[in-house]
Amino acid sequence: MDLPHHGYRATAKPRARAAPPTADSVLFDDTSSGGAPAMNSQAYYTPGYNMAAPTNDMQGGVGVNNLFTDPMANAAMMYGSSLANQGKDMVNKEISRFMSMNKLKYFFAVDTRYVLKKLMILMFPYTHQDWEVRYHRDTPLPPRQDVNAPDLYIPTMAFITYILLAGMALGIQKRFSPEVLGLCASTALVWVIIEVLVMLLSLYLLTVHSDLSTFDLIAYSGYKYVGMIFTMLCGLLFGSDGYYVALAWSSCALMFFIVRSLKMKILTSLSSDSMGTASSAKPHLRLYITVATALFQPIIIYWLTSHLIRRAFHHLHHTVRTTQTEPLSTHMIRVPRVRYGDIFCIISPSLVNPGFYLSTFDKA
Amino acid sequence: MAFTLYSLIQAAILCVNAVAVLHEERFLSKIGWGVDQSVGGFGDEPGIKVQLMTLVRSVRTVMRVPLIAVNSVCIVLLLLFG
Repeated sequence: MDLPHHGYRATAKPRARAAPPTADSVLFDDTSSGGAPAMNSQAYYTPGYNMAAPTNDMQGGVGVNNLFTDPMANAAMMYGSSLANQGKDMVNKEISRFMSMNKLKYFFAVDTRYVLKKLMILMFPYTHQDWEVRYHRDTPLPPRQDVNAPDLYIPTMAFITYILLAGMALGIQKRFSPEVLGLCASTALVWVIIEVLVMLLSLYLLTVHSDLSTFDLIAYSGYKYVGMIFTMLCGLLFGSDGYYVALAWSSCALMFFIVRSLKMKILTSLSSDSMGTASSAKPHLRLYITVATALFQPIIIYWLTSHLIRRAFHHLHHTVRTTQTEPLSTHMIRVPRVRYGDIFCIISPSLVNPGFYLSTFDKA
Repeated sequence: MAFTLYSLIQAAILCVNAVAVLHEERFLSKIGWGVDQSVGGFGDEPGIKVQLMTLVRSVRTVMRVPLIAVNSVCIVLLLLFG
């Protein structure tokens, strides 16, 4: 199921060693060869880190020599830094046994222009023409150069913003406590994990040999959080009507997006050499998978947001709409009038955050 | 419906236990899901049933020993913390 096969690895290694500056624009700055499958990544990571460690030590030694004149402190500093490097190498080796860090870095290689275009496509995919994921010598292009490539940055940020919004919505209803926030986060995470596992199982059972890795599926599942945030914001700002209108809009947009994106990967992937004798059940079942995935999105959006929003309608618009029945009895809790500025004050940190994160990733 | 990660782990353990108790010769062969019935077509598409049988067999082979440990840990945790 992984894309590079044996013939390409021999050509990929000398390319990484030579490291021409123009190749860094396609494969980003990494010492290991690009796109190596996870199973053989250990053999590639050790030469990569052996290359990196001496240069690190040399730079550390030069920098430290300028600061310390005392030879004992100098020696202790260098010993400590070499210990730290060894620890770092060991941790990286252990982690890379389970999860290929190279593959993970590919998903976070985004820039501002990509994020803006992708958010536009997620909310309004009807005018986007070209849905093909572009490749460069059998490895997919990173999201910086290809707007159709899936990324993990938007899902992660959208997930965190969703948790913040859920906390705020619960706070409006006076139902907030810190445990509820953790519960909401783990519920949403569990649904993503369930969806990814069901997708993996169905792709395996139907022997669909597409190049959808686990991270790709996590990325496509995580895009629904953008729709959830939009729906919840409209529900909080505009009441029950705004909630249902935004739910319908983001469901349609997300269904269209998922069907168009997965159609390229699932329906057109070759599962056998003899296309003519392929059973007629195959294309139908693949279509069912794509449509079922698309139909699952609005259900989950409704499920995860409605219980947060429903009672907030009453609290938000209770003091605006009801003019004749003012609760005058003292034992009732007066719900304070929520200023819409409060909503923006809480949301704006997570909108500003991407700017900080993207500036650090641009240097990578 | 509020899930914690622990409930997901418990659900996963229960599902894998359910797959692990399917006995090869007493049950699976009787309903036509045995090992000997899956060799069938040497064509390119194995079909859903063969894939499922392969999945059941591989889960049973791989998870037999780790399941003992995981189940023991789960039982101890449930006894201690309810």
